[in-house]
Amino acid sequence: MREIALKAAIALVICLTMAFIALPIASLFLKNSPDAVLRSMNDPAVKDALRLSLTTSTLTTLIVILMGTPVAYVNARFSYFGKEMEDSLIDLPVIMPPAVAGIALLMAFGRMGIVGQHLNALGFSIAFTTLAVIFAQVFVSSPFYIRQARTSFEDVDLSFENAARTLGASRIYAFFHVTLPMAMNGLISGVIMAFARSLGEFGATIMFAGNFQGRTQTMPLAIYTTMQGDLDVALCLALILVAISFLIIALVKNLTRRMYKNVRN
Amino acid sequence: MLEIDVKKKLRDFDLELSIKISRGEILMLVGDNGCGKTTLLNMIAGLIEPDSGMIGLDGRPLFDSSIKIDIAPERRRIGYVFQSYALFPHMSVYENVAFGLRTRNLSNREIELLVRDHLADAGLWEIRNARAMKISGGQKQRVALARALIIEPDILLLDEPLSSLDIRKQAEMRRELREKLRSYAVPSIMVTHDLRDVASIGDRACLMERGKIALEGRVEDVMSWASVHSEIEGEDSGSLMR
Repeated sequence: MREIALKAAIALVICLTMAFIALPIASLFLKNSPDAVLRSMNDPAVKDALRLSLTTSTLTTLIVILMGTPVAYVNARFSYFGKEMEDSLIDLPVIMPPAVAGIALLMAFGRMGIVGQHLNALGFSIAFTTLAVIFAQVFVSSPFYIRQARTSFEDVDLSFENAARTLGASRIYAFFHVTLPMAMNGLISGVIMAFARSLGEFGATIMFAGNFQGRTQTMPLAIYTTMQGDLDVALCLALILVAISFLIIALVKNLTRRMYKNVRN
Repeated sequence: MLEIDVKKKLRDFDLELSIKISRGEILMLVGDNGCGKTTLLNMIAGLIEPDSGMIGLDGRPLFDSSIKIDIAPERRRIGYVFQSYALFPHMSVYENVAFGLRTRNLSNREIELLVRDHLADAGLWEIRNARAMKISGGQKQRVALARALIIEPDILLLDEPLSSLDIRKQAEMRRELREKLRSYAVPSIMVTHDLRDVASIGDRACLMERGKIALEGRVEDVMSWASVHSEIEGEDSGSLMR
């Protein structure tokens, strides 16, 4: 009897948790008519936000890969002075409130910022431009990639690289032909997480880049802006983001499964 | 002639040894786990740098601390069969064996001829397209050996190449391995825990203890020491050194 009650209680907790997460997402679909969604797709705010978000998130992801891969590899393979501190620094943007990230970027690259004032003197401004959107996205999304990439490189046993080197491969050749392909599933998973984080970035972007349609108004910012006027447009944007999120989760799960299968083998 | 005279401070003891191995000679290196056997192989291969000393082959220094020479592993021409074999799991058997030739920028035609020769010789041609992680332990051992030999190494290093095989397979592979090593007139060092390997493969044996050579001599001498040791300790004389 007690066991049945326990099972019922656990089932209830699971159902409540599921409902709590599923209800808001389902409401997005239930409160939205297909006609309104299709109509809103032609709204300039939706088109601009979608184009800007996809462009900046793609560029951000490329920058994160180029910057993050060497950092992740070096941290996975070598010890050096200050490594622990650098490691903590890389993780900091994950736990830092987005508004703090935004103001920190302003203090560094804004017109009066430490670096920004010198750039401004040269006639070059970053804050409140599309470049600022990318800066904000790189700042918040790079830890997701670097952390995952480091773990993936650590999972590749050093003996594979050593074997490659004794067979005549330089460090670079061994990296590109042995380590990188073996870590690839994990790296792709990190790329997807970084892309997703860039796409959803709001706080740091609005503080550092502002909210200008077509220039800095990404999809999350457009949802915030349009919901004060036309709820259909906001809902349409929200649905697009939910669809992308579902796709990302499916991709990450698939890749993670393959990655663990490889590690087991 | 391979000459080794190196020192390296390890965590628990100092590794300090001096060995000479002639061309075509097979030196068996035995000793307890963690006594520095694999570290020595890695130093010869250039994967670990000794603190001081020299490693030279036919008078050519591979490492010499006095004149600051440390040739990179990729330029030492060393065939190394790792304990885990370290076959690249994302490549086929063919690509694993061809890897060392691709780093030397040979043409595809040359690579194909050489790989075909080595795979056929090892009885692996039929499974050339199989993924390296999908083949049996004995096949993995043969692929690892073929991959090490195809680059025509100047030195052969083998780190417990038979340890992951079952006992029946080990006996078969011992014969094969001895014939293979004999046919290559290069200095070979094989690390093992198993005195059956020492008896059937080696020309000479070194017993290592905490980074030093405790006993060096003909295989028979080390075997007789081991049989005395096994009587005292009451251990299985087949695999004594674990």
